[in-house]
Amino acid sequence: MARELKYYQAIHEATDLCMEKDPSVYVIGLGATDPKGIFGTTSGLEAKYGSARVMDMPCAENGMTGVAIGSALVGMRPILLHQRIDFAVLAMEQIVNQAAKWHYMFGGRKSVPLVVRLLVGRGWGQGPQHSQSLQAWFAHVPGLRVVLPSTPQDAKGLLISAVEDDNPVIFIEHRWLHNIAGPVPEGLYRVPFGKARVLRRGCDVTIVAMSHMALEAHRAAETLAREGIDAEVVDPRCLRPFDEETIFDSVRKTGRLIVADTSWKHAGFSAEIVARVAEEVGGSLKCAPRRIGLPECPTPTSPALAASFYPGVFDIVSAACEMVQGRRMQPTAANPRVHHDVPDPSFTGPF
Amino acid sequence: MQQTNAIRRLYRAMLRIRLVEEGIADLYPEQQMRCPVHLCIGQEAVCAGVCDRLTPADLVMSTHRAHGHYLAKGGSLKAMLAEMYGKSTGCCGGMGGSMHLVDLDAGFLGATPIVASTIPIAVGAAFGSVMRRENRVVVAFFGEGATEEGVFHEALNFAALKKLPILFVCENNLYSVYSPLSVRQPAGRTVTALAQGHGIASWRGDGNDVLEVTRLTEEALERVRTTGPAFVEFQTYRWREHCGPNYDNDLGYRTQAEFQHWRKLCPLERLHTRGLKEGIFSEAEIATWTDEIRSELAEAVRFAKASPFPASESLMQHVYAVPVSDTPHRDAVRQAA
Repeated sequence: MARELKYYQAIHEATDLCMEKDPSVYVIGLGATDPKGIFGTTSGLEAKYGSARVMDMPCAENGMTGVAIGSALVGMRPILLHQRIDFAVLAMEQIVNQAAKWHYMFGGRKSVPLVVRLLVGRGWGQGPQHSQSLQAWFAHVPGLRVVLPSTPQDAKGLLISAVEDDNPVIFIEHRWLHNIAGPVPEGLYRVPFGKARVLRRGCDVTIVAMSHMALEAHRAAETLAREGIDAEVVDPRCLRPFDEETIFDSVRKTGRLIVADTSWKHAGFSAEIVARVAEEVGGSLKCAPRRIGLPECPTPTSPALAASFYPGVFDIVSAACEMVQGRRMQPTAANPRVHHDVPDPSFTGPF
Repeated sequence: MQQTNAIRRLYRAMLRIRLVEEGIADLYPEQQMRCPVHLCIGQEAVCAGVCDRLTPADLVMSTHRAHGHYLAKGGSLKAMLAEMYGKSTGCCGGMGGSMHLVDLDAGFLGATPIVASTIPIAVGAAFGSVMRRENRVVVAFFGEGATEEGVFHEALNFAALKKLPILFVCENNLYSVYSPLSVRQPAGRTVTALAQGHGIASWRGDGNDVLEVTRLTEEALERVRTTGPAFVEFQTYRWREHCGPNYDNDLGYRTQAEFQHWRKLCPLERLHTRGLKEGIFSEAEIATWTDEIRSELAEAVRFAKASPFPASESLMQHVYAVPVSDTPHRDAVRQAA
């Protein structure tokens, strides 16, 4: 039985191993050295590596991204973190105009080996500016790599790959995944970019689900099995580069596609997945693909509204039932439409 | 003697920038340099004076108006011209044009045209240099418009906090495209006051007097090499239009009288007068330098025009370090077909 780590511990371990191996790796972020250690992901690293390598920073997201870029140009390998992806919106100029394009616009003279860790918030009334999941923005930009692991094993392996990669990598973590436990190999290992993971094999419907929705999709597949529907769950893990082939193979087999995203459907990454499937393996589809995403509004704060804001297991299950068995599903005691303000019972906050 | 050599060296450096920029302006109507150009004619003293005080190990970053900084730091003229002609032999392989110059061998780390964007990057290069215990100074060139950007302040704050070896050089040429300083910054407040507000030692001087530029730069660099960041504001003036080879003083955003005032303060003419008067150089020598530079430029243009364009395959080549396709499946299919 492989040892288990929580997702946040896996990130911590990846960071620790990379810093141990390569003295040019450093961690910088607002609160990186806080007592809470960015939800445990950086705890103890300053004590181990010193404040010259694990550091707090001024409240200046865009400027500090530029600083990280500049340090990378002279040989450092920064891991810059923002406690909410929403804060990185301030840094879009440096990420998109500078880091993403540096290698290209200078004809390959230098690249920017920068990792930007971004956290997606959810729950406890965090509301519109602390709950966005903006992977589609970053995935849209050539020159960036974009990853969003859903398991502790992938979180560790992808973060190691990210630190070792010479390109800017956007590493998106969901707050509700931080306390999920799973098997994690010891030592340094890499999860390659551009390779999806099939979480569950099946033949009736393909569910492509990213980040926290991969967890929901996995749970939905268990429920679907009881309903006589055999779901294949694919976690892309990486949006740029994107493993379309695994999804094409799956759709050729099942003929049905559901895409579950943590963000809005309109111009979201789910649209990219459906477009590619339509382009390349559309002929295999037995019915129209379905996308599951957020309502087209910012995240509401009131618990009364937030309660029905997030799609989850029930939405995936009922979509699959309609597509495979042609029947509408009503919430029951066995299959509740539960929308919760807190994730697993194991999650104890803070948010 | 040292002063004599400095004056000769500085004059020739400014002359080179002036003749190259004028040469580009003359060639531009051929429409073979198909990228926006932002010439620094009139501002040569800041370029030549600051870079004259730097060592090869020092790094420089700049903006869209980078030709003078690039050349003064030792950037390759051939590579710059070829880049402007969009050729594969350009400093960026044709991917960047005039607005994105780089010459790592010369310590010119890069120039990009989003106003103020290279300032935090330059601070980061200084920060990284300290982390790596690499002894160097980083210089960030920018215009006064950049001092209005938020990221300028973020960069200065961090440089002051960490006492970084960075020299901020502001070329205040009074205009941001057509917008005068008066619509952008409150009257009675100097640009140096902004730097001083961040706790950064500041100097202010005549950017068209190359000897004053070198003197203030030396003072500032003394601070940078020993203590922490420094800021120098040089007053100067852009002769031609913001973007392009022409004069545009007829448009009315600035007056002919103002232009003439600054025209008379030409950095080359001022040093020329002094140099001749003090016997530091002669008209014959200047003529020789002019011929040499014109030949050098002509050769660079020949090289640029004769160089090949980048092949179409190079479109995707440098998106990532170590090329990785976004669509490996489709590439394989395409290749098999």
